Amino acid sequence: MIPNAMRYSALRILKEGLTGNRGWQPVWREPEPKPEYDIVIIGGGGHGLSTAYYLAKEFGERNVAVLEKGWLGSGNIGRNTTIIRSNYLLEGNQPFYEFSLKLWEGLEQDFNYNAMVSQRGILNLCHSDPQRDAFVRRGNSMRLSGADSVILDPDEIRKMCPYLDHESARFPITGALWQPRGGTVRHDAVAWGYARGADQRGVDIIQNCEVTGFDITDGRCLGVETAKGPIKAKKVAMCVAGSSSRVAALAGMRLPIESHVLQAFVSEGLKPVLPGVITFGAGHFYVSQSDKGGLVFGGDIDGYNTYAQRGNLPVVEDVCEGGMAIMPMIGRARLLRMWGGVMDMSMDGSPFIDRTHVEGLYLNAGWCYGGFKATPASGYCYAHLLATDQPHETARAFRLDRFRMGAMIDEKGVGTQPNLH
Amino acid sequence: MIINHPLLGPRDSAEFVVLGDACLIDRPDGMNAAIEEMHDYAYIRDNPAGEHRELWYHEQGDRSWLVVTRSTLTHEVIEVELARNVARARGRSR
Repeated sequence: MIPNAMRYSALRILKEGLTGNRGWQPVWREPEPKPEYDIVIIGGGGHGLSTAYYLAKEFGERNVAVLEKGWLGSGNIGRNTTIIRSNYLLEGNQPFYEFSLKLWEGLEQDFNYNAMVSQRGILNLCHSDPQRDAFVRRGNSMRLSGADSVILDPDEIRKMCPYLDHESARFPITGALWQPRGGTVRHDAVAWGYARGADQRGVDIIQNCEVTGFDITDGRCLGVETAKGPIKAKKVAMCVAGSSSRVAALAGMRLPIESHVLQAFVSEGLKPVLPGVITFGAGHFYVSQSDKGGLVFGGDIDGYNTYAQRGNLPVVEDVCEGGMAIMPMIGRARLLRMWGGVMDMSMDGSPFIDRTHVEGLYLNAGWCYGGFKATPASGYCYAHLLATDQPHETARAFRLDRFRMGAMIDEKGVGTQPNLH
Repeated sequence: MIINHPLLGPRDSAEFVVLGDACLIDRPDGMNAAIEEMHDYAYIRDNPAGEHRELWYHEQGDRSWLVVTRSTLTHEVIEVELARNVARARGRSR
């Protein structure tokens, strides 16, 4: 299906190296939009591109366009902390995230692109007996979905990570939930790989093409208005987490979502010190080490509505305090960069993949700060919904009307307060 | 962000807890409201890019509730009022 000359392989690198590297082609085309498509996806981020990829590859939909306001991957696909995992508790969530992790495991062979998927494990530390009980329960719930989970005792954690503050008087480490199949992925490469795979299968990826309105007649969506003129479509798929409320407002919708900023940080490059991802259970702090050596870490969202892709100092202080509390050696590393990304914080901390009240208009939104790990399954399930008009079996719970039905998926159990999820 | 508290003057935003959209002051009467009205009050939010009126609680200060008008694009604080005064002006408070 895909011409052999376009595939990446070791042989290809050798051949190009010997012939002056003259055979490489642009990774995707830059087409002008056609007047009409079967499906138009709004948003060329990770989820939009993976939706296009699976639509073309798994569901045979080739007449598809992805409209991106800026450039590919200019949003949260390039701003996250690159962690993948499937360690959720609730029935509505866990099978979906395990499906996603399985897709991650085969992703690079599937789309023939090196996304540096590294299953280096994720270690959730606990600091009291009740918290350990809760982690055991979560570990069991993970296993019910076919995921892996291991409960570690303090001695095993000490062997694995000797540099943690194991016996602090306030937050001693009493155990951990370990998922060996969790890990990290090179986040930009995910966007590029999906874009390349979709483009090779005929999807038009159109950058610098902001959607400015919807063509809705008699309760039916017939297309979109864009910076490059009107485009007709049989189905229109919103996929713009971070800006979902703004785009949905163009269609007259109000969503159960607030936009918040999540900050992320990276230290100067260090020699390998962290085996995988580590999370602090008594505060909100998580850290991993990139392949370049920088410690990549983050914590809570800032807590106020914002569309600015930058945060404020109180949260910087809070995150660094969390780091010092669990891993004092981090204080010797200098902070190299920090940045922020805008999150769709939903009312129960869980996402939406659903139809809307407008015929032919679909919504994928509300990923809070867990969207990166969901990228493959989000795209697959959204493609399933768009192609078949039926929800994928692992995404049935992500309904837009679940608050009305009393079927919230409140993983953290804090209620309808978006800035606490 | 610095919040210009009407009683205490300029205070660091870290002293506050944010509840969200100030429209929460206008809670429908639970005894009479339609289901749709209560649903929208509890779960649906305006989420504008630009000026936004929101409820801030001065937890590490005088524990007053404030209505802060703020830009969600620049973080600029435009106006700060006591939520009590806002609610009274709307006939919400005794």
